Amino acid sequence: MAVSIEHSELPSPSLAPEPRALSRLGYELFSRTSTMFAFAVVVIFVFVAVFAPLLAPYDPLAQSILKINRLPSADNWLGTDQFGRDVLSRMIYGSRNSLIFGLISPVLAAICGTVLGVVAGYFGGIIDRIISRLIDLLLAFPELLLAIMIAAVLGGGFWNVIAVITVAFVPGFARVARASTLAVKQEPYVEAAIAVGVRTPVIIFRHVIPNIAAPIVVLMTLWVASAIRLEASLSFLGIGTQPPNPSWGNIIRDGLNNLFGSPWPIIGAGFAITCVVLSFNLLGDAVRDVLDPEISE
Amino acid sequence: MTVPLLKVDNLAVEFGPKANPIRVVDGVSFEITAGGAVGIVGESGSGKSITSLSILRLISEPPGRIVQGRIEFNGVNLLELPRSKMPDIRGRDIAMIFQEPMSSLNPVMTIGDQIGEAIKLHEAMTGEERRARVIEMLRLVGIPDPAGRLDAYPHQFSGGMRQRVMIAMALACNPKLLIADEPTTALDVTIQAQVLDLMHKLRRTLNTAVLLISHDLGVIADVCERVVVMYAGRVVEEADIRSIFRTPQHPYTRGLLQSIPRLDDDRDRLYQIPGSVPLAGSVKKGCPFYERCSLRIEKCMNKMPPMFSFGPDQRAACWVTASQADAKEKEAALQ
Repeated sequence: MAVSIEHSELPSPSLAPEPRALSRLGYELFSRTSTMFAFAVVVIFVFVAVFAPLLAPYDPLAQSILKINRLPSADNWLGTDQFGRDVLSRMIYGSRNSLIFGLISPVLAAICGTVLGVVAGYFGGIIDRIISRLIDLLLAFPELLLAIMIAAVLGGGFWNVIAVITVAFVPGFARVARASTLAVKQEPYVEAAIAVGVRTPVIIFRHVIPNIAAPIVVLMTLWVASAIRLEASLSFLGIGTQPPNPSWGNIIRDGLNNLFGSPWPIIGAGFAITCVVLSFNLLGDAVRDVLDPEISE
Repeated sequence: MTVPLLKVDNLAVEFGPKANPIRVVDGVSFEITAGGAVGIVGESGSGKSITSLSILRLISEPPGRIVQGRIEFNGVNLLELPRSKMPDIRGRDIAMIFQEPMSSLNPVMTIGDQIGEAIKLHEAMTGEERRARVIEMLRLVGIPDPAGRLDAYPHQFSGGMRQRVMIAMALACNPKLLIADEPTTALDVTIQAQVLDLMHKLRRTLNTAVLLISHDLGVIADVCERVVVMYAGRVVEEADIRSIFRTPQHPYTRGLLQSIPRLDDDRDRLYQIPGSVPLAGSVKKGCPFYERCSLRIEKCMNKMPPMFSFGPDQRAACWVTASQADAKEKEAALQ
């Protein structure tokens, strides 16, 4: 008897995409306690910065001769400074500065640096030499020194500080972008794209930049922390956020005058800077682990 | 006499500093008729890939440059076209597929987008039409469930499938000439056979001319009608496929044929041509094959042999076999 063979559908090859970067990031976040903790700190930080007017008990700029240099109390949790301003309120408002500088500067630096680096790496020759020497020149100075130098020329103020931090970070991004472009440029898929008639600008935007995005994004997340630190340093030195506007850096600076009377402003602001910078660094590491194939494999 | 689709004439490519250039391709000439198939065979470093890249002007300058010759496509010398016109030719008239199927697709773009990109560049089509065309191309190259795989990324494909996708991408705009640079080298034999079958099918259905670069005479014999044998940047023999296998005239071609392992062969050790390919640019005068040749005479050391005709379809650059053929002809005439 003939065995009837049913026409069974062939098992189709698995079409499941590899776990996407975002879900991998989620997994990475919650698989390690330290990263989860860092994530929580960052969430609280962003929350505080966004809702500062609702959270702050006092106006951060309101002075009062009656309550100068007070120690922490039920009214003023972190005490007051030499103008009688509430330190906790100033810290809450100061977080806005840190957040804005911490986000805007690395993004701007990433854009400028990527453009410079990709142009240098892709076109090579004399263009590459000029851009590379410029980058070397900027890299010769430590970030802080470079920032102080530019701030000294431009003066303080919001956009100047952003410009300062951006310029300080551009060389690093340009370096990474250039090196990655040199590698991607050699890839057969770039040659294949040229061979089907794709023109240079499209090659750069569609085939080169998406393939060098991973290291740039990693660098960007790592440098959010550096940008916050740098802004605090500049404000501490008096060339960042200008008084009376609050910033964690100038809270520490103001606190120095009364260090032995009440160390709480310095302790509070210092603790905030440490926590936020550490958390962003840990998060940056997690992002790197997700995006860097050599580490994640 | 039909006008050839592609005519490469006396092409020479140099690399390195202008003052002290290294000539890696020298005096290469061949023709492809519309719908025809020509193979270029040679060892690594014989200049076959550089020759194929020159046709689309894909050699990076610096360090490389085309120093002489003509590359006529449909009667137009591509070497005289302004550089900005080349992207119009690439993909639309002449397409190319490369050796490394594993890395010839952009990892961050979907298959559909990549094939579509080539179409978008050369043909005015709406998104819908383009999508339909991409599906049609994928079906043509034998990708199962083409509509479902449009949005897949290259890493979800095997090597053989990626090579098919590459072929689909190259053929998306119906080019008149397909240059395939070792399309099967990185694939295992069963996939190799499938890709070669596919190339046969495409030639039949689309009437695309093929220039196949390979170091494997078997692959070339499968697809091509004519063969160009290259050695050290020069063409040493050019013939139809039948003559190459029956009456190879250049000692290098004979060596190549002898080194192909045979099933009925009991030798412990395969035949090999003694020595190795001379470094590019190291041969200044005489026949480049002199050092390794078993037939060499004194003349070969000093004078580069020109291409001699051996019958209507075969030419080879060898002093010795040419004079032997001459002698045979005279003998035949005497009898």
